[in-house]
Amino acid sequence: MNDTLLEQHGLTRDEYGRIVEILGREPTLTELGMFSVMWSEHCSYKSSRLHLKKLPTAGPRVLQGPGENAGAVEIGDGLAAVFKIESHNHPSFIEPYQGAATGVGGIIRDIFTMGARPIALMDSLRFGTLGSPLTRRIVHGVVAGIAGYGNSIGIPVVGGEAVFDACYAANPVVNVFCLGIARTDHLVKGRADGVGNPVYYVGAKTGRDGIHGATMASAEFDEQSSSKRPNVQVGDPFMEKLLLEACLEVLRSGALIGLQDMGAAGLTCATSEMSARARTGMDVEVTAVPQRETGMTPYEIMLSESQERMLFVVKTGREADVEQTFEKWDLHAVKIGVVTDDGMVRVRERGTAVVEIPAAALADEAPLYDRPYRKPQDFDAERALGPEHLRPAPAAPDVFLALLASPTIASKRWIFRQYDHMVRTNTLVLPGMGTAVVRVKGTKRALAMSLDGNGRYGQLDPRRGAILAVAEAARNVACAGGVPIGATNNLNFGNPERPEIMWQLVEAIEGMAEACRALDIPITGGNVSLYNETEGRPIYPTPVLGVVGLIEDGSKVVGRAFPEPDLSVVLVGARSLVAEIGGSEYLHIVHGQVRGVPPAVDLEAERALHRLLPRAIQDGIVRSAHDVAEGGLAVALAECCFENEDIGVKIDLGTLATEPSPDEGWTPMPADHSVLFGEAAGRVLVTVRREDEAAFLARAEAEDVCVRVIGRTGGNRVSIDLNGRAAIDEPVREAETVWATALERALASRAA
Amino acid sequence: MKFAVVVFPGSNCDHDAYHAVKHVLGHDANFLWHKDTSLKGADAVILPGGFSYGDYLRTGAVARFSPVMKAVAELAADGGAVLGVCNGFQILQEAGLLEGAMLRNQSLKFRCEHVRVSVEQTDTPFTNLCRTGQVLKMPIAHGEGNFYAPPEVLERLERNRQVVFRYVDADGEPRAAANPNGSLHNIAGICNEARNVVALMPHPERACESALGSADGRLLFDSVVAAIRLAGRPAFGEPSGSLMANAGFLNPDS
Repeated sequence: MNDTLLEQHGLTRDEYGRIVEILGREPTLTELGMFSVMWSEHCSYKSSRLHLKKLPTAGPRVLQGPGENAGAVEIGDGLAAVFKIESHNHPSFIEPYQGAATGVGGIIRDIFTMGARPIALMDSLRFGTLGSPLTRRIVHGVVAGIAGYGNSIGIPVVGGEAVFDACYAANPVVNVFCLGIARTDHLVKGRADGVGNPVYYVGAKTGRDGIHGATMASAEFDEQSSSKRPNVQVGDPFMEKLLLEACLEVLRSGALIGLQDMGAAGLTCATSEMSARARTGMDVEVTAVPQRETGMTPYEIMLSESQERMLFVVKTGREADVEQTFEKWDLHAVKIGVVTDDGMVRVRERGTAVVEIPAAALADEAPLYDRPYRKPQDFDAERALGPEHLRPAPAAPDVFLALLASPTIASKRWIFRQYDHMVRTNTLVLPGMGTAVVRVKGTKRALAMSLDGNGRYGQLDPRRGAILAVAEAARNVACAGGVPIGATNNLNFGNPERPEIMWQLVEAIEGMAEACRALDIPITGGNVSLYNETEGRPIYPTPVLGVVGLIEDGSKVVGRAFPEPDLSVVLVGARSLVAEIGGSEYLHIVHGQVRGVPPAVDLEAERALHRLLPRAIQDGIVRSAHDVAEGGLAVALAECCFENEDIGVKIDLGTLATEPSPDEGWTPMPADHSVLFGEAAGRVLVTVRREDEAAFLARAEAEDVCVRVIGRTGGNRVSIDLNGRAAIDEPVREAETVWATALERALASRAA
Repeated sequence: MKFAVVVFPGSNCDHDAYHAVKHVLGHDANFLWHKDTSLKGADAVILPGGFSYGDYLRTGAVARFSPVMKAVAELAADGGAVLGVCNGFQILQEAGLLEGAMLRNQSLKFRCEHVRVSVEQTDTPFTNLCRTGQVLKMPIAHGEGNFYAPPEVLERLERNRQVVFRYVDADGEPRAAANPNGSLHNIAGICNEARNVVALMPHPERACESALGSADGRLLFDSVVAAIRLAGRPAFGEPSGSLMANAGFLNPDS
């Protein structure tokens, strides 16, 4: 076996040695290909697995933790919420439309293979800055790709986030989350149980597309990356819609034992993982696989990543039922093999075995790397924030408008109105109106969900960045009235073979574990995307958390916007009005810096907040709730005034001269800027009726949550007084115009 | 009163329409598979939104060949109530039951949001409980809803009062700014000459519960229920115009 061949397969000499040891012989070319995809970073998590074990994955509601196609948590009434997040970063850079579209297709398949009806999608997107024509092209393509797939298949994109930062210019982050509902007694697994049961293939025919896609996603990019375009698959949402309906119909019939999507690593992954989970084997005739092209070799068929294909195991005797159901949907289910008892994945070509590999060797025995990691020596110095990093600050009103115009903060309407976010008629809180909420038909319940992560915080402190991501996603869920019950994570990092990147990954996982434990939120699955770097420039460490919360009574859900005038505005969770500015959007936009320490998180206080809010919301005391995030208090107050019949707000923050600074003894800028634009964590803006104010404050006190009434809704201006002067006093309509049009203007700035 | 919702491969608002008429409004409803050849006794048929056959050739172009469309055409010819929503509108156009065609949205982008439409005609089975000029809030969700017809057809549609819904602004005026897709004359929905086949791009089935942002879409379903109760069996398109008289009775405008 020569080095060039190994290099083409992304395998090291040592890894090759292990393959020979496992097989007791040299592998065939097909076998080598199968090992290479299953042992790729993308499929095996070989760099991260040791550390992922640190995440809490158990809980009283958890029905399925990591290791299956998706996680599942129990939500009452005999139902389960099935959800997962997945990345399609690398393909979305190479071919934005198809890369993003097939990412949507893949995560939807992960959900319905569990026996769940997918009912909602969300996307977490990160792009470069919009001054670049390439970035604008990527934004247009990715959004259109998500829209094209989601709209056609009829699953609403109900929320998400979009962030713009130069570090993502050549490595966009495209993470897609899907949630489905299943009856708990109908959950299915990707297991090939029952020796002698037939193995079926259904869906699109197999072509040469996407061969080695998983390997591509496990390497850095260079200037040749566009030559990898043929590795990106093309999605067919109509085929997937048929598969979805047919699979759910077959599952209801009870004729299926298990099924799995053929996504990354295609048929190789499905055959080996299904066998390994059940400790069985599979004997497959490769020429029986429906093919789109002529002359395909077993190597190509086993490694193809053609989209919209499923592998499933049927109960012996029920073959005709299954075939008929698929025929109804104009799909042709083909028997390609049988479940065996010897633990081997055996692939035959016209009867002759061309592959014989222990299933477990492919699925579970990939090399596990404890890669060296170390904090870079100059890490702290490079991040220190001092007076020399600050420019003369503009006046607060100018800063306010500049922040509202930042694409990261501005309205994402240009994006979400390209998505059908209402199909299935479950969307109780529309995009842009607060935390995404979908109802669960047939029950009183609803589910809140949020995707959050802040790469800049991760860059400044990967551990704290991950903690902040967990806390923010859970807080957003609580703001709608949801109790967090489970989470999925997507870890987007650079090349783990570099110790400083590995250090970021380890820190982030440990931070995430700490936060999830403290907040009692199990991680039920997720995705790791490494090698997000081009020509040695990595993205910021970007952990994205997707938290799902259970709302007992969907009719009590609240949104972000002020619903009426003359309500009391309460700032909840703020120990001090002076807020940290480390890593803030303010520091970035106004001073051009990514420096400082990200906001501290008090996880105990955070947890108390997550107890207080859902109860108060369910009891009807809270009229609206909004997390204070990028842009700080001033931006959060403005956002509550937007998209809402022009209801303004009048705030008086009092006099602050005596307030201590949380910035470790040093306040580097006008104090009013840190109050207005600082991003201290754990804060929520809540409105309550005058007559409920005392009750709400008493509940907060009982939970030991800091609260202060800071003003009232009404008028048509965003008006914030500080130290006896009007710090900000802008007409809602004008501020809203800036905020509502900024993204579209930035995208249209010059022809792409 | 029995509704039928046709399911084509790729329909994706079929469950929403079913939910609206059955669970929200409490009527009898069932699905019809596109290979069915009879309407199984339905009084009114809904062709739902979605991407039938992936919309791969042209929106609605393949679905019109489904066996069930023959039965739908027969019901339509018989004066029965047929409602097309979004992709259902496009299918009815392809099937020749309604005129005009849908071009891609002027923005060349899919657009999903709440819009306002005015009810232009109240003498159809789906609008008889509305007031003329009444403004309804309903969501749109389409990439190809830009209504086009040649000038002579457009002129005839207007003259025959076949434009049933128009996109309007908050003042109820069909101004350009209120037009989400570039449709000629701000057309959001039309009917056939006999007025019993009605279709629109906005989704009334998504606007039947205030929890979802609007309940205005109920008026369309309540209208057809009222019309059918009054008329007995579906008999809308009869030349005598008996329905018009009946519908007029229900119309608070008259």
